[in-house]
Amino acid sequence: MELFARAALHLTLLLVFAPLLSGVIARTKALFAGRTGAPLLQPYFDLARLLRKESVFSRTTTWVFLAGPVAGVAVPVLAALLMPFGALPAPFAFTGDLLLFVYLFGVARFFTVAAALDTGSSFEGMGGAREVTFACLAEPTVLFCLIVLARIADSLSLSALLGPHLAAAWRTPAGLSLGLVVVCLLVVLLVENSRIPFDDPNTHLELTMVHEVMVLDHSGPPFALVLYGAALKLMVLGAPIVRLLLPVATGHWAGDALLFLAGMLLLAVLIGIVESVIARLRLVRIPQVLIGTTLLSGFALVLVLR
Amino acid sequence: MIWFVAGMLITVLSGVPGLLADRSGRGGERLACLLVLAGTASAGAGVLAVLASGTPALLAGPWAVPGGELALRLDPLAAVFLLPLCLVVGGGAVYGLGYWPQRAHSGNGRRFRFFYGLLAASMMLVLAADNSLLFLFAWEVMAVAAFFLVTTEQEKAEARRAGFIYLVSAHAGALALFALFALLARQTGTLHFPAAASLAGGGATLLFLLGLFGFGFKAGLMPLHIWLPIAHAAAPSHASALLSGIVLKTGIYGLLRLTSFFTEIPPWWGWSVLALGAVSGILGVALALAQHDLKRLLAYHSVENIGIIAMGIGLALLGRSYGSPALTLLGLAGALLHVINHGLFKSLLFFSAGAVVHATGSREIDHYGGLLRRQPWTAACFLGGAVAICGLPPFNGFVSEWLIYLAAFDTMRGSTLTLRLAVLAAPALALIGGLALACFVKVFGVAFLGEPRSAAAAAVDHDAAPSMRGPMLALLLACAWIGLLPGMLAPLLQEAAGVWAPLPRVTGLAAPLAPLPLVGAVGWVLLLYLAALGWWLHRRSRNAPRDVPTWGCGYAAPTPRMQYTASSFADFLVGQFRVGLWTERHGGRVTGLFPAPRAFSSHTPDAVLDRALLPGFRTLARSCSWLRARVQNGRVPTYLLYVAMTLLVLLVVAAR
Repeated sequence: MELFARAALHLTLLLVFAPLLSGVIARTKALFAGRTGAPLLQPYFDLARLLRKESVFSRTTTWVFLAGPVAGVAVPVLAALLMPFGALPAPFAFTGDLLLFVYLFGVARFFTVAAALDTGSSFEGMGGAREVTFACLAEPTVLFCLIVLARIADSLSLSALLGPHLAAAWRTPAGLSLGLVVVCLLVVLLVENSRIPFDDPNTHLELTMVHEVMVLDHSGPPFALVLYGAALKLMVLGAPIVRLLLPVATGHWAGDALLFLAGMLLLAVLIGIVESVIARLRLVRIPQVLIGTTLLSGFALVLVLR
Repeated sequence: MIWFVAGMLITVLSGVPGLLADRSGRGGERLACLLVLAGTASAGAGVLAVLASGTPALLAGPWAVPGGELALRLDPLAAVFLLPLCLVVGGGAVYGLGYWPQRAHSGNGRRFRFFYGLLAASMMLVLAADNSLLFLFAWEVMAVAAFFLVTTEQEKAEARRAGFIYLVSAHAGALALFALFALLARQTGTLHFPAAASLAGGGATLLFLLGLFGFGFKAGLMPLHIWLPIAHAAAPSHASALLSGIVLKTGIYGLLRLTSFFTEIPPWWGWSVLALGAVSGILGVALALAQHDLKRLLAYHSVENIGIIAMGIGLALLGRSYGSPALTLLGLAGALLHVINHGLFKSLLFFSAGAVVHATGSREIDHYGGLLRRQPWTAACFLGGAVAICGLPPFNGFVSEWLIYLAAFDTMRGSTLTLRLAVLAAPALALIGGLALACFVKVFGVAFLGEPRSAAAAAVDHDAAPSMRGPMLALLLACAWIGLLPGMLAPLLQEAAGVWAPLPRVTGLAAPLAPLPLVGAVGWVLLLYLAALGWWLHRRSRNAPRDVPTWGCGYAAPTPRMQYTASSFADFLVGQFRVGLWTERHGGRVTGLFPAPRAFSSHTPDAVLDRALLPGFRTLARSCSWLRARVQNGRVPTYLLYVAMTLLVLLVVAAR
């Protein structure tokens, strides 16, 4: 029964608060640009509007076109069950679940890109090609970070990896590695969620888009799922960073949940600041940055491996 | 055991009645298919019976060849290789009824089926042989039978070339194996295979190197993979499935059997296998990404998957060198499960690719497009195989890669820094996984989605025939079964690992393989989520308008030729591997204000065969002929000088 209660709490936090993060990011960027900006709850309004709308399907598309948005939502919801939210342990944990976590997002990527190719548009093919390229280059970084965390925790389960020992670990020599891991995970978070400096979610030219161009043809409820899935993914992938930076527990589940949410909001503000102060990278530079990040994470590994 | 032998005999004879049958009749092929099915079913039942009994089955009979003995041995290690063999061989025979019917191929159909049965039976013998001579005999029969399958369409120059290169590499490898078993016999005094862990490790360096070369050639480890891409591309699809899914694995089997003989494994064995595996994996998938011939691409993925298997074996060898049973078990269980899995999903992919080639008459990915509407079954099967080979849950590929990952992570608990460095296998696997995903999303998207890119693709009017669809669906089910219920295979893997290495019972089922059922459970939940959301979305968008064009960003007259091609999809990623692939590009530069039509083509030749070996041999041949022209220059005085020189040398030799 406790398992169900924890799963319910996890899913509630995820499903209810995920779109808020996009609102906070947009608001932060608006403040930096000297605008008032849209209300914080705008993403919810957008979702509600899209759900009411009718979709339009290109005559080229098949059922694969719907598989993209479906996998985009199903995967983060499932992955969230493996990921501890702050001091709240994951409802579902076993040895080796960290690899399942990584590969689940592979499923979402596979079907998102397949759905893009399903339209037969060269723009969407281009977006798909960029997406898989960046993911390939980011994948080793993720593994390096996970190895570092596993080495520090001496465990192979996400709940143990991001357990209460982190507070003490920061003060040991391994703390330096943890710092590098946070930086690397932040870069991966920005790449995976198509944020500046790697991709601009608000760009208006199809040629320069990465993620947005893949979902050009989605409309109505499928597009709502795409947006919602992106928000969920941001929250799930942001959770380890929040946990690494705030490795404290209040001792009560409600306090832990509030602390986690506060951390997530701060992370959203941080992303908003990054997006406001950094220019977007040229496309050919992105692989170089990602390979650099891989080297950085490799360095973090060397530090803990000796 | 009797069932297994009977199955082997039925399989080897399966093609014989067909040889006497009518040239264009259907009777011969049906009888052959039935015999193969009976043979594989019987052999499979025999293997299962041995597994159920819990003790290895032995059979020994006299053989007139000196030193030879008809010794067979069925143990769990062989069973891991034999079970997928039975499934794929049986499936391939049924598939052949629709794919390579006698009516359409009256010239080579009967010969093909004869060698198909011969190849299948010789592989069974290879996997069960317990005597070096018997093993080598079966190995040679296998090589020759596979040669005839590759050259089925011998009227095509491509098939002849592929067959020739295959034959040369098979015999280069076999030569090393002859030396290997001769040395082994000198050490043990008998040609019978030594028992597991019965040989001291000392002086085994040469044995290991010979084995790595000989078995590596068959397995297709980089840089010994040279025969693989062309042979897989030239053979008919169900023969490619057999080659890729099963024949390569005999090399892996040989390597495992060889290493099981020794008590001590020097650490560098594990390191070299691990490094070769990582190189094969990464370069194999990068080369695959750059291909646009569907079957050649799948062949390069075999190199990649053999690399993944080798990484598992390398980690297991390290586990034995450094005395870590958990590492040994995880690495070997992952490698063995990947042997099974690769046999299943690669055959599935080759079968579905065959259905596409059959319908369109082309192997070029860029000539397909929009096939999902025209071949929904084939597309669904290919999609399943693609998800499985990318190692994505909930299919079987994930489970075996997961075990190898766990092995890599386990090295971190090692006592020495050297062993801990083996953890770098994990990021390498992640890179391989990412690249494989990119490659298969490319193939699936370009071939099955979008609009038809050629008249041939637009004219496709039939899905795979029921006889082709059946085996594909069976393999798809097998892939899903292992992915969703992986715990069921844990005992088999555990026992097979026990045959290979003396593992203490402490690391029994409880510890390392215990989370397998949980991985399956997550797969079930994923399927449930996908089904529920998909059903909702499908209902919600039932009435949506579906007759509008794709948004072309304002361009009013897009044509199917404007779609992103396979080459352009891979170009960005291939560009990151410029060093190592050396893709050749021709044309494409546009100049001037009003440019005339331009052509562009790109081509990625094999890094070893086309870049190093062929030019190297050509140079060697040229320098030899240059030398010959110098020596044999046709002038009489020179020849007299040779005679005088020879006499002089002989005098000196005699005088000493």
